Amino acid sequence: MLNYIWAGMLLVGIFYALFTGNMEAVSNACLEYAESAVTLCITMAGAMALWVGLMEIASQAGLIEKFTNKLQPFISFLFADVPADHPARGYIATNLVANILGLGWACTPAGLKAMEELAKLEEERGTPGYAAAGGRRGKRDKYGGTDGQREERAGYETVDRRRGEMAANGKAGGLKKGDRSASDAMCAFLILNISSLQLIPVNMIVYRTKYGSTNPSGIILPAIVATCFSTLAGILYIKMRYGRKNGC
Amino acid sequence: MLMRLSVIIIPAIIFYIVLNGVLNRTDVYDAFVKGAMDGLKTVVNILPTLVGLMIAVGVLRASGFLSMLGSVFGSLTEKAGIGAEFVPLVFIKMFSSSAATGLVLDIFEQYGPDSRTGLLTSVMMSCTETCFYTMSVYYMAAKVKKTRWTLPGALLATAVGIMASMVIVMYLQ
Repeated sequence: MLNYIWAGMLLVGIFYALFTGNMEAVSNACLEYAESAVTLCITMAGAMALWVGLMEIASQAGLIEKFTNKLQPFISFLFADVPADHPARGYIATNLVANILGLGWACTPAGLKAMEELAKLEEERGTPGYAAAGGRRGKRDKYGGTDGQREERAGYETVDRRRGEMAANGKAGGLKKGDRSASDAMCAFLILNISSLQLIPVNMIVYRTKYGSTNPSGIILPAIVATCFSTLAGILYIKMRYGRKNGC
Repeated sequence: MLMRLSVIIIPAIIFYIVLNGVLNRTDVYDAFVKGAMDGLKTVVNILPTLVGLMIAVGVLRASGFLSMLGSVFGSLTEKAGIGAEFVPLVFIKMFSSSAATGLVLDIFEQYGPDSRTGLLTSVMMSCTETCFYTMSVYYMAAKVKKTRWTLPGALLATAVGIMASMVIVMYLQ
């Protein structure tokens, strides 16, 4: 999917520029935006280090656990197949709360870690496409691994490939080797994030003030109502698709 | 009031987490450094995706394709009393939040934040997210290629948010 979106954006853009005479702008934009991506990452690196660092303190002190426990019913409602003691839950909870409170700088780090943990969960389950394998719970290595481990992984990958082929024979549209397919939990987590959870649109209020609105914060209530609608639609959709085997 | 709250919130969170760590006899500094390392690794992991994505967004914007889409749909929305800039904004918001912010400020300057277009912009921006950007970056962190039912769900939530903003703004005035 991402393949097509990305290629589509580039091909359509360059093709369209042929007719509008914007080719020079396009050619400049390539380098400019590549550069700004790196700048953005450097800016983000500071925030990531700060927040993941703080979250590590919070998790070692048991704070995240306490906090996740309170949100457990909600997380179980949406992410039923993520084990209750899995670290992914802590990051999901942190990300959702940071989102609701509008703490953008805290929710992206937690969100990215949540996705990594959800991928590890699939690894532990031995889902095809996720290298490494099941039965390694508790021994999650964070630092790549030695040559021996890499060989071990290569071994598992052949098993995965065989599984993938079996799946392809059994059902139409099997996985290509090594292609990771999103788990239900990942789909649900992203839809929730994209449905927007932020309650108070602080940025918008600031911009409205700057441009002389007579009632800058008058949009808070409308924004909350609209956000509820979009999130509710997202949750309904998640409930419809979660746990069903047919993917696209 | 809100502004003051957002100024104090970061220091307050840091204070609370560190205090809690010290009270629980955690090696706070060690833990912080370990976490910071983890965070930096995640950033390095997503950097290539981000470069790829930003180039694609840049090309699409610079080619004039997005503004063409906007003017095509904009002529439709203008009949409903909504400024022509609103539609391109919806598209751009799906790809890049900073590009969208630039457009929002244009709209505020041209129509005013309390006009129908200004209100609609404010509400819509508050209830939608950068769909494609979030998907690419988050899925890169998990190294996932096939996104299955994420996109339909995300687009549905976004569409419902936009429709809800339109209806709500109609009742606001």
